[in-house]
Amino acid sequence: MKRFLTPLAVLSAVFALTACSAGSLGSSEGDGDGVTLSFLVDNSETAAKVGAGLAKDFSAKNPGITVKVETRPQGTEGDNLIKTRLSTGDMSDVFEYNSGSLLQAIAPAKNLVAVDDQSYAAQLDDNFTTSVTSDGKLYGVPFGGFMSGAILYNKAVFAKNGLQVPRTWAEFMANNTKLKAAGVAPVIQTYQETWTSQLFVLGDFHNVAAAEPDFATNYTKNQAKYATSPAAVKGFQRLQQVHDAGFLNKDFASAKLDDGVRELATGTGAQYPILSSTIAQLAATYPDKVKDIGLYAIPGDDAATNGLTVWAPPAVYIPASTSGAKLDAAKKFLAFIASPEGCTSQANAYPPTGPFAVKGCTLPADVPQAVKDMQTYIDTPGASSLALEFLSPVKGPSLEQICVEVGSGIRKADAGAKLYDEDVKKQAQQLGLAGW
Amino acid sequence: MKSPYPRWFYLPAALVYAVLFVVPTFASFYFSLTRWTIFESHFIGLDNFVTFFQEPALVKGFVNTLIYGVVTSGLKVVIGLGLAVLLTGRIAARGYLRSVVFFPVLVSTIGVGLTFTVLMNPERGLINQALGTVGVDGPGWLTDPAYALLSVALVDVWKGVGLATLIFIAGIVSIPQEYFEAARTDGASAWDMFRNITLPLARPATVTVVILSLIGGLRSFDLIWAMTRGGPGFTSDVVASVIYKQYQAGFAGLSTAGNVVLFVIVTAIVLPLSRFLNRKEVEL
Repeated sequence: MKRFLTPLAVLSAVFALTACSAGSLGSSEGDGDGVTLSFLVDNSETAAKVGAGLAKDFSAKNPGITVKVETRPQGTEGDNLIKTRLSTGDMSDVFEYNSGSLLQAIAPAKNLVAVDDQSYAAQLDDNFTTSVTSDGKLYGVPFGGFMSGAILYNKAVFAKNGLQVPRTWAEFMANNTKLKAAGVAPVIQTYQETWTSQLFVLGDFHNVAAAEPDFATNYTKNQAKYATSPAAVKGFQRLQQVHDAGFLNKDFASAKLDDGVRELATGTGAQYPILSSTIAQLAATYPDKVKDIGLYAIPGDDAATNGLTVWAPPAVYIPASTSGAKLDAAKKFLAFIASPEGCTSQANAYPPTGPFAVKGCTLPADVPQAVKDMQTYIDTPGASSLALEFLSPVKGPSLEQICVEVGSGIRKADAGAKLYDEDVKKQAQQLGLAGW
Repeated sequence: MKSPYPRWFYLPAALVYAVLFVVPTFASFYFSLTRWTIFESHFIGLDNFVTFFQEPALVKGFVNTLIYGVVTSGLKVVIGLGLAVLLTGRIAARGYLRSVVFFPVLVSTIGVGLTFTVLMNPERGLINQALGTVGVDGPGWLTDPAYALLSVALVDVWKGVGLATLIFIAGIVSIPQEYFEAARTDGASAWDMFRNITLPLARPATVTVVILSLIGGLRSFDLIWAMTRGGPGFTSDVVASVIYKQYQAGFAGLSTAGNVVLFVIVTAIVLPLSRFLNRKEVEL
């Protein structure tokens, strides 16, 4: 029997070992002239390049401090890794993680070092500050630039058909009728990649917030609903309208993001409601067409209050486990990231697809036209607001499937909105929010 | 009779069985009554089951699961039996044809799913282009809600029919040749022989195929996930994909409850069916 049990014992020992091997095993490099900071970023291409660029430029400027970049998985797996390492006091010296509702989920007051006493705190963009503040304290500095949920459009097609950028939904639909008559698919949708279906709902939030300023707060408290709020339900209704009017590209049900980008760049489709980060892909695949592509906010009822819905960049945080010389070095590193020099360093590491969240940072002159269009919205006071997921932790997992159904005529808009309200209930209960 | 081996020889196997199967099964019964994350769990009684049964995609998922199970199982029996009769007859290149029929079983399900997704693309897929050359306007196999589930079921049949054929071949080959010779002497036609000898005597094989493919169909997930992810929307969701989505969204308690429900359903359908089919076999 002993023979059989030995491998089991070995196995459990291996489990016990792997459980803590991911952490930095404290280092003795903190004394004397050199400090080494470990810097954890997610393993996306953008994050890895931007992280490496920042580490290199910061070390060059501060010869006594070396920054070592580590990577972690994205998505739920990454969330669990961050939570586990924070709760075991095993976190890297500095780390990059989402802002907004995911930040609230890692209990910043308990696990992170607040940075609102730092000189750069006032230099950060207000939308960003909102998404990294918890109980009145600021915890992070921006990593990368803003992203927006908007409509990318082909300016050449617009010019050829004599169209103006629409500011209201009525103008938008009038444009679509003309485009359809001219033989161009007015609106591109790519439902084979389901997440791309949600922009008419999620990207409409600036318009919702303009009509109902308390929507996000009441939504978290279970007092406002998509199905019963006249402003919020419009996102679903409009998704249905563009389908019912026949304004979609013919292959909307089977197309993927790549197909959508191709149709927009080559002009067989005129407008693509999508996340602005898609510009990077478009610039890489169709470098000669990128000058033709512009961006405008999803139109609402009122031209005066129309504006852009933005997604705040992720942020860099210092965990509470960092102390002594490392803490000082970490604070210096954050100050560097939040300075114009830091922005330049990030822009050199990876071409930016959205404006920076630090005042005084400018985009390089050669960024795509669509990014410049986005900057205009962000620089205009009141013309941009954060997406709902940064203002409320309540977000249902099935929105993309519901949007595909509403957008392909399988389910009616009102039924879709009601179904989504049911969907978010599960999320709110899992998070243990009050009032659900 | 006393076994020549001491009782504790069972222990290693029993230990593995207990750790990997018995404990998780009973743990899942408990966790289906909680709302849990990797850190903590709260006991919430039967709430998960209530929520799960209110899940709008679930009713659709149940219906789809049944359709999928019955369609794939039925087609595998009919086509598998036909192919088995053909491949036990005296035809040229029999060994080669047998391998060809069995080959799809060996290919990875995900690979098959992705390949057919490309072939079934309504605009650029090979199937609709081929139909186009003969003037037929092919449907959106995977994008039209009316066809999506059936398209996946057909691919499942293509992939799984080889195994059904193999079982049927084994069943038919084990029928003693004397019956056929006697029937032939009595002047029976090929159909008579099939109807009165092959079909009844291959019954054990039929039962095996029905049970295996029905269980496979009811808990099928990988092919559907690879081809449609339950889409468009929720139209080709089955119980297993509904459960998977709950888990993916972090609703661990809810998805555990879903698994308990699926366990009960599969048992409730397959156990009586297996008893019924096997009893008939004894009576024959």
